[in-house]
Amino acid sequence: MIITKPRDWNRIRANLAEVGARSVFIMGCGQCATTSKTGGEPEVLAAKATLEADGFAVAGWAVGEVACHLGGTRLDMRKHAGLLEAADAVLVLSCGAGVQTVAESIAKPVFPGLESVFLGNVIRHGVFEERCQMCGDCVLDKTAGICPVTTCPKGLLNGPCGGMWDGKCEVLTDRECTHVKIHRRLAEQGRTRSGALAPKDYSAKLKPGSVNLRETKGSGGGPR
Amino acid sequence: MSRFRDTLVRGEFVVTGEVAPPHGTDYSAMRESVRKLAPLCHALNVTDNQGATLHLSSLAASKVVLDSGGGCEPIFQQTCRDRNRLALQSDLLAAWTLGLENVLVVTGDDPRGGDHPKCKGVFDLDSTQLIEVTASLNAGIDMNGSKLDGGTGFYIGGALFPEAEPWEIQMERALGKIEAGAEFFQTQAITDIDKFARTVEALRPTGVKIIAGVLLLKSPRVVRFINENLAGLMIPDHIADRIARAEKPLEEAIALATEQVRELAQIADGIHIMPLGADDAVGRILEGAGIPTPNA
Ligand code: SF4
Ligand code: SF4
Repeated sequence: MIITKPRDWNRIRANLAEVGARSVFIMGCGQCATTSKTGGEPEVLAAKATLEADGFAVAGWAVGEVACHLGGTRLDMRKHAGLLEAADAVLVLSCGAGVQTVAESIAKPVFPGLESVFLGNVIRHGVFEERCQMCGDCVLDKTAGICPVTTCPKGLLNGPCGGMWDGKCEVLTDRECTHVKIHRRLAEQGRTRSGALAPKDYSAKLKPGSVNLRETKGSGGGPR
Repeated sequence: MSRFRDTLVRGEFVVTGEVAPPHGTDYSAMRESVRKLAPLCHALNVTDNQGATLHLSSLAASKVVLDSGGGCEPIFQQTCRDRNRLALQSDLLAAWTLGLENVLVVTGDDPRGGDHPKCKGVFDLDSTQLIEVTASLNAGIDMNGSKLDGGTGFYIGGALFPEAEPWEIQMERALGKIEAGAEFFQTQAITDIDKFARTVEALRPTGVKIIAGVLLLKSPRVVRFINENLAGLMIPDHIADRIARAEKPLEEAIALATEQVRELAQIADGIHIMPLGADDAVGRILEGAGIPTPNA
């Protein structure tokens, strides 16, 4: 799930001022941003109150089903075409992908209302942790299912670094060093690591990624 | 060929020191350090943006040490934090071209603890991987497997942390670095001689040379600073108390370091002295411990 957090309100206000917006439409997202408690109905209503307190008119609002889904978002926007007509700008409470989908669906200025921070695991209700950065060249097979790319603050494949002390991480001192954890879990499973992990292939993560399952020719449309 | 390497390979006890490049371009203070330490040391480490704070590059500063003469060689440091694999290899080729023959490869502190906390830590390679790459440059081949028009001949070192627990993981890590091509280690400051001894024992069969770190704990304030701010090092209470209770902390620190050097000399292949600015104390420590100085 994409974890988002509220964006600094002053930046949002400045964005709206820049285009001279007086009336704003707010768009939330029913998936990640709802679970993150940043772009569901309560947050959209809170944004509405903030906007109004700051002297903006709110032309309307909606919580789309999945903001990053182009077809769905276009439908949502069509549903609210009348209200959107009255708005000078759209504020989107979703991840950056959702903001771009909305921007693609309407000609008016569209602004992000949140900051997208990471791909998060839901540890329990309202607690999210980053465990994967989608590097395109997964090492979990070698690391007992613990990702050093993401959970070691330095992203080292072979550790621990010189800052590890008493099994704790140099940077996040209240946490166990990822490499100590990997070592322990491998040992518990009676596995050892043979040799150092090779440098990462960063070309596996060329930007922008794209997968097209409709492609019939060639390799079958795997990630590139 | 690296005289530092030759000395270690001959089995002679070595002394290494450390100088910090300036935060700017005026390296007169560093040169003053070099002037004091070079006669006492076989080699001087030249740190690379230590503590993730901006300094003149280790490459330029190592060249300054090399040119200062006197037979003391620089140990060029390379951290993985600041450069990607192209820049690292390019700097290593540059270093060799400039005549630098010893390199110490380290991971580097996290940028969030330095003076540019908003910067992007690179860590394209980790220290084990960079050691392997350096060994490959020595073989005349770049990381891509292409033959170089002239390779390098570095004496390659890594960092070793005998006191950080879990110790077994440290040993596995050290063996990984040796397998990758590390020929010598310099350690974090040693405060527990037994832990150091068992580390040397464990690594002895590999033939790697181990240079033990000694830190001059100049004052109670320095001890506090280390314990609160430096990753990977803890000064134990009995040592901290000894410095804290001393009437003249600097004298006590010199006495303590002298004792440590004397003990470590029985076990290690050399010592790495970090005087934290009190360069004048180094000669006294070595003399007190009965260590001959190479270039005096
Ligand atoms: S190695 Fe890459 S793909 Fe695998 S969990 Fe880590 S970041 Fe994700
Ligand atoms: S202590 Fe371990 S987890 Fe923390 S930065 Fe160093 S290697 Fe990574």
